[in-house]
Amino acid sequence: MSYDVAVVGAGPAGLAAAVAAVRAGCRVALLDAAPRLGGQYWRHRGGEGDDAGHRAWHVFARLSAELAGSTVDYSAGSAVWFVEPGPPFALHTPDAVVRADRIVLATGAYDRSLPFPGWDLPGVVTPGAAQALLKGSGVAIGTRVVVAGAGPFLLPVATGLLAAGVRVVGVYEAGNPRRYARAPGAVAGTAGKLREAAGYLAALARHRVPYRTRRAVVAAYGNSSVSSVDISRLDRSGSAVPGSVRRQPCDALAIGYGFTPQLELPLALGCATRLDVDGSLVLTVDVAGQTSIPGVYAAGEVTGVGGALLALVEGRLVGAVVAVAAGRPPVLTEVELTRLLTRRAALRRFAAVMHEIHAPPAGWPAWLRDDTVVCRCEEVPLARIRSAVTELGATDARTVKSFCRPGMGWCQGRVCGYATAALTADLCGRSLTAADVSAFAHRPIAQPVRLADLAAEPG
Amino acid sequence: MSYAFRFDGREVPAQPGQTVAAALWAAGVRSWRTTRDRGAPRGLFCGIGICFDCLVTIDGAPNQRACLVPVRAGMVVVTQPGVGR
Repeated sequence: MSYDVAVVGAGPAGLAAAVAAVRAGCRVALLDAAPRLGGQYWRHRGGEGDDAGHRAWHVFARLSAELAGSTVDYSAGSAVWFVEPGPPFALHTPDAVVRADRIVLATGAYDRSLPFPGWDLPGVVTPGAAQALLKGSGVAIGTRVVVAGAGPFLLPVATGLLAAGVRVVGVYEAGNPRRYARAPGAVAGTAGKLREAAGYLAALARHRVPYRTRRAVVAAYGNSSVSSVDISRLDRSGSAVPGSVRRQPCDALAIGYGFTPQLELPLALGCATRLDVDGSLVLTVDVAGQTSIPGVYAAGEVTGVGGALLALVEGRLVGAVVAVAAGRPPVLTEVELTRLLTRRAALRRFAAVMHEIHAPPAGWPAWLRDDTVVCRCEEVPLARIRSAVTELGATDARTVKSFCRPGMGWCQGRVCGYATAALTADLCGRSLTAADVSAFAHRPIAQPVRLADLAAEPG
Repeated sequence: MSYAFRFDGREVPAQPGQTVAAALWAAGVRSWRTTRDRGAPRGLFCGIGICFDCLVTIDGAPNQRACLVPVRAGMVVVTQPGVGR
């Protein structure tokens, strides 16, 4: 049998899409890699106190209750590693092949990292790792933690650690959030976001945690794990101010610069992409959330990083749209549709301003030394990437990749892709292009799959 | 309720539902792999199965992502040098 729609990813966007589609009478499959619903945003252990520290948990509770009482076939632990073109599309997981006439890709995003000396020391992790360890397993990342990088996500990570009794020694934001005040048009209609941020800042202040802006961690030190970091002031152009470095002892560093959308499945299907304002490769979608491939829809971070509220709105819209495409009567009234579209536009405007304010600081390539590892898997240092450009004559990221192997290890460029693309552009004296980022994004096998599972595939 | 597994010959306590990486981290272990070129220690980095830095050998099978594998009582976890074979 073939489902009307298969939704990949059970975070805010995928959950909202699955619930909207089943509400409209569709036969829906929901496939997710994790053992529990909620994605990264609503990651939880399963038990009492799951709601602690979560935003909009009531929304998750309502969506998961509605899902449980519906006909949606939800498969946990089902990482989709390949999708055959359709319709019907055939979605391959290690345990099954699911067929559907249309698909909604809501695969979310992961932390975006920038290299710096010492970033490969144990104890240096992404903010998402600190969050996942705490929410998913109830373990704190350290006892004296530095939180750094750029973006609003640093704030709930820091306050989550504080609530768990951890000493956060400082939060260092590379951007200048005061600039939000200069974009009243973009902030209009998203007052909740500002209230949320104000709540986090108040919690930091209560615990006397310094929140410093236009600061960056430019180096980490330690023997077997991180024991201190160097924090530098940044000037207006995003370069480290000479002589401003201060050494800060710590036993963990959570650091990240925004997010990278997870695009393996749509790229393998041939969906068109574009470079978003934050430098991420994202899917090109029409007003209804359909990608360039008919029958392939997308919602949430894969259409442009914008946060959970935007993901919920996009999921609900796409769920309703695919239901109509499947021949079901429309479930959204015109008033509801207009409200959702208005909300989506407001949240997208906010996201654009957010990306501009919390952009990776332009000066980061100067923090690297010749021996600083850029690609963690293949242990490719900056010197080899530079020589690929200056001595071997590479002028694009794909060529750099084939000359010296960054992005060719286990993670397939998920971690170093953005940085290597940006370094290449920097070394070539030009700005980052979609082709640079795209050179690290194509992974026809989206998830690790055992040879035994491949051998057991029918046909 | 708690249960335990073995890591490099010693017993590590764990709680049900925790990942191997979380239980190791709670026990003060920060690395469980060394890289194949520099021999550098690696442990948790992305925490969500993306980066493959936390690869470890579990019950004889190398290259398991410690941040994804749930702890099972009695499992045997050993530090993985290089590619694990």
